[in-house]
Amino acid sequence: MNRRYLARRLLQVPPAVLGILVVAFLLIHLAPGDPILALAGDNGDAAYYAEMRATFGLDRPIPEQLVIFVGNLLRFDLGVSYVQGRPAIDVVLERIPSTLLLTGAALVFSTVVGIWLGLIAGARAHRPADLAINVAALGLHATPSFWLAQLAILTLSLWAGWFPVSGMTNPRSSATGLGLMLDIAHHLILPMIVLASTEIAAVARLTRAGLLDELSRDYVRTARAKGVKEPQVLRRHALRCALIPVATVVGGRVGHLLAGAVLVEAVFGWPGIGRLLLSSVQSRDIPIVLAVLLVIGLTIIIANVITDLVYVRLDPRIRYR
Amino acid sequence: MSDSIPASVTAEAIVDPQAPQLVGLMRRRLRLADAFRTPGAIVGIVLSCFFLAVAVLADVIASSDPFGFAGPALSAPSALYPLGTDDLGRDLFSGVVHGIRTSVMVAAGVVMLALPVGLLLGSVAGARGGWIDDLVMRFSEIWQVLPRFFLVLMVIALFGPGLDRVVLVLGLTSWALLARIARAEAMTIRERDFVEAARALGASETRILVRHIVPHGLPAVIVYVALLVAQVMLIEASLGFLGLGDPNAISLGYLAAQAQRFLRIAWWMWFFPGVALIGLVIGLNLLADGLSDRIRSGG
Repeated sequence: MNRRYLARRLLQVPPAVLGILVVAFLLIHLAPGDPILALAGDNGDAAYYAEMRATFGLDRPIPEQLVIFVGNLLRFDLGVSYVQGRPAIDVVLERIPSTLLLTGAALVFSTVVGIWLGLIAGARAHRPADLAINVAALGLHATPSFWLAQLAILTLSLWAGWFPVSGMTNPRSSATGLGLMLDIAHHLILPMIVLASTEIAAVARLTRAGLLDELSRDYVRTARAKGVKEPQVLRRHALRCALIPVATVVGGRVGHLLAGAVLVEAVFGWPGIGRLLLSSVQSRDIPIVLAVLLVIGLTIIIANVITDLVYVRLDPRIRYR
Repeated sequence: MSDSIPASVTAEAIVDPQAPQLVGLMRRRLRLADAFRTPGAIVGIVLSCFFLAVAVLADVIASSDPFGFAGPALSAPSALYPLGTDDLGRDLFSGVVHGIRTSVMVAAGVVMLALPVGLLLGSVAGARGGWIDDLVMRFSEIWQVLPRFFLVLMVIALFGPGLDRVVLVLGLTSWALLARIARAEAMTIRERDFVEAARALGASETRILVRHIVPHGLPAVIVYVALLVAQVMLIEASLGFLGLGDPNAISLGYLAAQAQRFLRIAWWMWFFPGVALIGLVIGLNLLADGLSDRIRSGG
């Protein structure tokens, strides 16, 4: 595999991380209100404020403060939550597993269902099934996730009673082990489907376009001429190449899913990073907001790097460039 | 007829690059009109024009204050209240109409920030190449990596809710994509014969940029502007839904959030704001698809 490409790609990570940190620092400094009032109260005199400023390093020049800020963040020292009084990074870390479960499940679900629908549509191009999938994908792509979430709650939870309205576990059940896992899975289904819906539409459209592109190529004609059966042509030959563009957007989809998770977690009361972020924004708990922004920024950057590397491995045509 | 137009624009420019661009611009507009021949594109332009008209005429269509009390609480859609009323007796029709106006205003603000910056920086980068190109592209990468939605949330946490900062943040993080499109366009246009001809006739680089490269790159950028507008509208509605929207401007998302507690008894509160938003976004997506099909085939 191409070492130079790998090195160049990895070299792009530090500036991106630094960019996020600098923007965060500037925003915090531009925000209205003197931080010293929050730290030392309204009633201090000038000498007390000066002393507090020196204690917290607020009297130093801005560039020096920026260096200290970046240094602290890189050591994951993100300050203490104003609301919970605990280190912000701890508060964020304990919320990560449930968001990981939700977004991970949605990522897998949307990829599988999206490719499946794209395959159906591509194989029956310009026929009713294709048209129906296209229209559905367009509609799904345009539907805000909070609206879809409310539709799902209204129909499948309130009317049909198949799924719980909110939460991650049933508070009245004391199940452990397998029972607990089944309970979580039951709570997971609706939020996962809602979160995945926009992405299903995107993946299906991408798969269909890629498939149509590949089906017009010479190697497909050769395979058909050799007498390879149509399902085999589709799955073994065309789909493989058609999936390369689908693989290249996985990194970007991680970002979309994380943003979508904020809304979906809010509607379904899912105890993840998104709901934490929302309540922290409402209570202006800046260390937490900063920690979440950093964790999500890092996740998106890493997801993009991995996607690019997988892309290079998947497509031999770009390996020797 | 339509297929000959792009070629004629090119030929005309070669013959007389100093001629007024008016004819060329008119023909280009004709070409854009040609884009709307497929059913999807027609639906797209009709929906987009409809919502634009609703936004512009919001005060005429729904003269009552969307925050004001209009009638009995939670009344179903009727002749008096076409979309029903909410739990405080506010007219939902007025809410949806003014919510559409808010969406369109935020989107317009973002476009006014992102389009000139993206088009200009991208065109200059693509047309000049070299270190300017490198600088602009590296700079735009940083803005593309920033998770936009989370950045908006952070700004609201620090500065409090308000439409102005939402527009500012989305505008500042959106130009990068437009710049990349404009750059790709400029790189192909600068090699075309009519630009070469203009250069040979002594036109300055600035003139070539303003007269040829920017106008020819615009249609491709407009496609992405339509998609950007759809995204911005969804973000604005999402903020409204999360209760982080501007408290003085009604938002479709805010209306949907109000419906959350009344899902079972007042379906209209949930239904109509979402339908308006879906219509807006579908219209813009179809518009973008139609435009890009046309540009690709008309080249």
